Amino acid sequence: MTRPALALCALCLLAACDGPLSTLQPSGPIATEIAWLWWAMLAGAALITVFVLGLLAMGFGAPRKTQARVWTHGLGLWFSMAILGSVLGAGLWVGERILPRDDGAVTVQAHAFQWGWEFTHEDANGAAMRSTDLLHIPAGQPVDVLITSEDVIHSFWVPQLAGKMDAIPGRTNRARLKADTPGIYDGICAEFCGVGHAHMRFTVQAHADWPPDLSDEGTEQQEGAP
Amino acid sequence: MTDIPTPAAASARADSVHVAPAPAQRALALHRDLTRVWRNDRGLWGQITAVNHTTLGLRFMGTALVFFAIGGILSMLIRAQLATHQGAFLDTALYNQIFTMHGSIMMFLFAIPMLEGLGIWLLPKLLGTRDMAFPRLTALGYWCYLFGGLIMLTALLFGVAPHDGWFMYTPLSDATHSPGINADVWLLGVTFVEISAVAAAVEITVTILRQRAPGMKLTEMPLFAWYMLGTSAMMLVGFPPLIAGSVLLELERAFGWPFFDPTRGGDPLLWQHLFWLFGHPEVYIIFLPAAGVMSMIIPVMCRTTILGYGAIVAAILALVFLSFGLWVHHMFTVGIPHMALAFFSAASVLVAVPTAVQVFAWIGTMWKGHPQLHLPMYHICGFFLTFVMGGLTGVMLAIVPFNWQAHDTAFVTAHLHYVLIGGFVFPMMAAATYWLPLITGKARIRGVGEAAFWVILLGFHGTFFIMHLTGLMGMPRRIDVYPDNPEWVWLNLTSSIFSFVLTIGFAMFVLDLILQATLGQRTRRDPWDAPTLDWAMPVPSPSYNFASLPISRHLGQSARDAVLSLARGEGALAGAARGRRELLVTSVGVARPHHVAILPGNTALPLYLSASIGVFVLMMLAGQYRLAALALVPVGALIWVWARGMAPAGDLRAVEVAPNLNLPVHHCAQHSLARTGLAAVLVADGTLFVSLLFGVAFLSVVTPATPPPAAGADTVTSLVGLGVIGIALVLAALVGRLNTRSAAALGLGANLLALAALLWLAFSQMDDPTAHARDALRAAVAGYVGLHMLVAAAMAAFVLDQFRRGEITPQTQGALGAWQMWQHFTTAVALLAALVLIAQVGVS
Ligand code: HEM
Ligand SMILES: [Cu+2]
Repeated sequence: MTRPALALCALCLLAACDGPLSTLQPSGPIATEIAWLWWAMLAGAALITVFVLGLLAMGFGAPRKTQARVWTHGLGLWFSMAILGSVLGAGLWVGERILPRDDGAVTVQAHAFQWGWEFTHEDANGAAMRSTDLLHIPAGQPVDVLITSEDVIHSFWVPQLAGKMDAIPGRTNRARLKADTPGIYDGICAEFCGVGHAHMRFTVQAHADWPPDLSDEGTEQQEGAP
Repeated sequence: MTDIPTPAAASARADSVHVAPAPAQRALALHRDLTRVWRNDRGLWGQITAVNHTTLGLRFMGTALVFFAIGGILSMLIRAQLATHQGAFLDTALYNQIFTMHGSIMMFLFAIPMLEGLGIWLLPKLLGTRDMAFPRLTALGYWCYLFGGLIMLTALLFGVAPHDGWFMYTPLSDATHSPGINADVWLLGVTFVEISAVAAAVEITVTILRQRAPGMKLTEMPLFAWYMLGTSAMMLVGFPPLIAGSVLLELERAFGWPFFDPTRGGDPLLWQHLFWLFGHPEVYIIFLPAAGVMSMIIPVMCRTTILGYGAIVAAILALVFLSFGLWVHHMFTVGIPHMALAFFSAASVLVAVPTAVQVFAWIGTMWKGHPQLHLPMYHICGFFLTFVMGGLTGVMLAIVPFNWQAHDTAFVTAHLHYVLIGGFVFPMMAAATYWLPLITGKARIRGVGEAAFWVILLGFHGTFFIMHLTGLMGMPRRIDVYPDNPEWVWLNLTSSIFSFVLTIGFAMFVLDLILQATLGQRTRRDPWDAPTLDWAMPVPSPSYNFASLPISRHLGQSARDAVLSLARGEGALAGAARGRRELLVTSVGVARPHHVAILPGNTALPLYLSASIGVFVLMMLAGQYRLAALALVPVGALIWVWARGMAPAGDLRAVEVAPNLNLPVHHCAQHSLARTGLAAVLVADGTLFVSLLFGVAFLSVVTPATPPPAAGADTVTSLVGLGVIGIALVLAALVGRLNTRSAAALGLGANLLALAALLWLAFSQMDDPTAHARDALRAAVAGYVGLHMLVAAAMAAFVLDQFRRGEITPQTQGALGAWQMWQHFTTAVALLAALVLIAQVGVS
């Protein structure tokens, strides 16, 4: 195959991974770190699969001298521990970097119900601004979403910005998002919540300036400060 | 594990059983005798009254196969719906029933019964005995499985099947959000089916521990037995949390006791913990028997012995232990503290180590030996190819940041099918092709099986491999349409097309089985040249398995050498001279002959009992709670009749097991199978109790507090009531030792007194259980303890009756020992419950 053809193939493959809900097309540092974690684990897993299946294929043949300990301890115990240890380490390292922490990040609220989302953020005067199925966040800075539920368990998920976090009645969960650039991102409820589950989608709008000036958008309703 | 010392068998060393050679023609006489005693009755009625492990094991597996087909058809509907983004074929409500039923059927009505059936069918043959420890219990388990499964299927036909997903998360599954009987069908149906799981776990444990051929040490038994021992131990500890959760949720739905309702002090996460405390071990419960099959078949296919027996046993024990420590990895997105996340992530990763040990031991075995590519070996390769990938995606999912993205997406669907089909279905297909000659006595027809394998392999990976990508591209599981995401269409369409290839493959596999059973040529004995006892019998296997039970010298031999000698009666307990079903019970550790157990014959009692439990379940489903309570009367009466069947009767003289070795029959022996069985039941029962206490602790400590209404109880009165119960129960536990008729009467009275005091406390002092989860859990704990007192009273009454009938003598113990064990357990849980209650009041 020629070089351009190869490049084209690679491009097609990558394009195949794109989409408004794709975790493989991240748009913020958190989702990006997790995507890298995935590609690294995929590479490792592919190598291990080839290795194990290679050993299996080589098993078909004349009997060989084997030492039990090489298989059970060498491969079974030490080899697997080494691999698992490094994966775990990578996971902890990434996890440590993407966790919400007390750094004064902007906080918004997401309240799930059957079947939709009610989002709240504060405007410049500290008044609560509510919106349905549309979440406003600042771009380029971390945002913590406080997630609650009205009725059953839902899950708040914006794949291009971060992993998911459940909305559980009686509890408040915190998830951290970060969008690199202003724009629109898709979100979806990820925990099965009844007949409306597939349609429980929402949009996230990341704004360059915060709090955003929404005066010319009709959908917002303003309320007194909480 | 300790050995049980017995005076009677002290001289009977495992290797001291010797039997002189016998003439060949004796085989036919023995066969006639044994068949008369062990065979099922004739006709349809004979099927209903059958208690034989071969019959029931096969029936379990056959029924499971039917449920697999039904679950498979449902999965075809799912895939048809998902093939395009508009769906427009099933409506959402129906779709939700279909995927819920697909998952529930595959897990509860296919996988678990299939492995139970395999264990029930294979273990006695492998261990060198004639039946499972409690044949009537085997049958009871089967009927409960069948009736529970039929209830769920009927609900599907009428469009009222469960629709909240196979893990039934609350509050979605509570009475507010799932009105109608759909969720009740799941809770009651699955719990009904789980009776069979607990029953199977009890008898598999007992059979492995106490019925091995004399001289087959625990540390030398075939690996499949180790795997099944691990499985049954996990079932004894794994199913009770699910049963506890289901009972609590059903109580919440039926009577408004708010265990999981956050507005009244309950917690939806309590359900998740109870469910996954079962649900994760469940995956290993399914995997271990399959791995056991691998460990049996690979060495035979490779003409060698297994590599690393000790390491594999250690790996099994590690899996059993570890798998109870990682249920939280199904809950990484519920908002768990970070330290806990790290801990459970590490534990989940760690569980891959024992799995890796086994995989490498199997591959090492292949290196050591000379693999021959018979059909079972194809499926074993299918296992490796699929399961290794499923295991690796499992490790990925254990990594918390990645889990946050992949959780609840098609990636998880792909992973779980790689593990379940790779780790269970492929090994089961290997097992079917390996053991079918022993079932049918026929050899297989070349070609069809291989073709089926290739089609299945292609169909499977075609369906599920790209589903990983579908998930990473953001497709959640359990959605029926995706109009806004055309980029998922080609992925889903591909999966759907290949899923039909997969179905064709499975159909070809079944066709192969049918062809073999009907058109196959007769096969010779031991067609694989295997070293294990399962092949040391004629094909198809006779109802009694062994004309004489294998003794030490048969264990070292190949099956081919042992088979004739056993048929001629050169083992222990040859024939059926006394006209009753007998087998040899041995000690736990080194399998020293201990006594002779007399098993019950064919009976319809299991059918009656499970049918009456079925009536109870149906009444609960119909919301007829009074009638349901009434339906428990026949259940109790039948259990009494059942127990009467165990009373000492007939010829109680010692039996000549082999020349110079006379052993007592079980009525006159100290440590009978029933006693080991009761111990296993109490392990499960104790876990049930601990699950309730876990609920108490969880709601008191973890759940965000919702203040309960002011307690109405009067401290002094309550303490007096508790004191009366405590003293009465301690008394009952103490008098049990006295072995006299008046002691039994006293025990009965004490239990009744305690029960009366509990009822009085419940009605005068206990707060309304519908008001707050704390009070609901107290009521549940009280109900648990009360039920145990009731059973203890019934057992004391039973013992009293046995004294009256003269069945309890210095030689025969009757039900005395069983009552004592139960009484001690009851007294202990009652005291513990009282302590916890007092501590809880003290803290708040
Ligand atoms: C015969 C081939 C099979 C096919 C084509 C198939 C297909 C599927 C699909 C497409 C789903 C996902 C539904 C969704 O979440 O959108 C699913 C779910 C599931 N499958 Fe299968 N499956 C098959 C066999 C099995 C087997 C053998 C098992 C278990 C032993 C199994 C266990 C499950 C479970 C537990 C779920 C989750 C159900 C839920 O979300 O509540 N499946 N299956
Ligand atoms: Cu939702």
